Amino acid sequence: MEFRKDHEIHTRRFRSNVMLGLVLCGFVALIFAITISKMMGGATMVEMEASDHVLRPQLLKDTQ
Amino acid sequence: MSDATATEYGNEAQFEDYFALLKPRVMSLVVFTAAVGLLVAPGSVDPVIAFASILFIAMGAGASGALNMWWDCDIDAIMKRTQNRPVPSGRITAHNAMVFGLWLSVISVGMLAITANFFAAGFLAFTIFFYSVVYTMGLKRRTPQNIVLGGASGAFPPMIGWAVVTGGVSIESLLMFALIFVWTPPHFWSLSLFLNSDFTKAGVPMLTVTHGKPTTRRYILGYTVLLTIVSLLAAFSSIGGPVYLAVAVVMNAQFLLGAWKLLNRSEAAAEADFFTAERKVFKLSLLYLALHFTALLVEAGLRALDLNVANWPQVV
Repeated sequence: MEFRKDHEIHTRRFRSNVMLGLVLCGFVALIFAITISKMMGGATMVEMEASDHVLRPQLLKDTQ
Repeated sequence: MSDATATEYGNEAQFEDYFALLKPRVMSLVVFTAAVGLLVAPGSVDPVIAFASILFIAMGAGASGALNMWWDCDIDAIMKRTQNRPVPSGRITAHNAMVFGLWLSVISVGMLAITANFFAAGFLAFTIFFYSVVYTMGLKRRTPQNIVLGGASGAFPPMIGWAVVTGGVSIESLLMFALIFVWTPPHFWSLSLFLNSDFTKAGVPMLTVTHGKPTTRRYILGYTVLLTIVSLLAAFSSIGGPVYLAVAVVMNAQFLLGAWKLLNRSEAAAEADFFTAERKVFKLSLLYLALHFTALLVEAGLRALDLNVANWPQVV
């Protein structure tokens, strides 16, 4: 069975929806990046983890 | 497909129409000046925070653009230059433009408060208020000084960029403000010299409409002299330097020369060559601002690399 070809307005709306979707995804990514950079406060990941009380071998190696 | 369907949907708003509501060309100027304000400020911020802050300042500028298009849709429909904007052309309703503008204002101010600081966010809120309420709703249709005072809203972005880093105001950020503030009148008035019929038709009291073109030509020269003083003053501040001074001297000389030529032109001569000199000054004004801010950026780069001139005189 063959599907009916989309009306021109639907292809246009689809395009607009995709663009809006991309903008929203970009916004989510931006908020995530802001959150990470605020949490890190300029510190490296090892320094961040050093404040954690779970001692991991990798952390020991890095700080030695 | 019936013709009725074509009429009904043919004019439906697209993604690009909402983007056009943000006045992308104005926004690009805001992005540039805000970025320079942020980069020349003493101190530094995380690159992600800097990028996001500039994005939210641009979003705030876009919000005021949308609110301006909502309020001005009646006169936009009359002027040839603005007839094709999304609201007067019927692709977006005035109500939707308003809602879009208000939401963008709330989001941009809120996000800048979270990303940078409350001072910068408050400043952005004030800028949106100034452009949409004070300029668009208040001054634009009432006084020929609309451009002079309204220019403040376009001059705030570098101060907001500066505030993102420092959390405050200083003489340097005020100088960047003054540069755009004093530049705006000769920039717009040179435009209105050759777009006068549009403003007359829409009843916008531009100086060319209320006081005539010869007066406007005198005002352009007067403001260009004032602009030269502000521009040179900035050269002898902590954000200035020899590169900036060289750019300022060349550009101010050209702008002054252009304004002087405009003063000595008769209306008949201007109309005869289709306002060539007026268009030239308008284009020069765009280059003037772009080069001034680029020079400030170069000076900041030189300072960061320790290549700046030691003991550069600072009067402000």
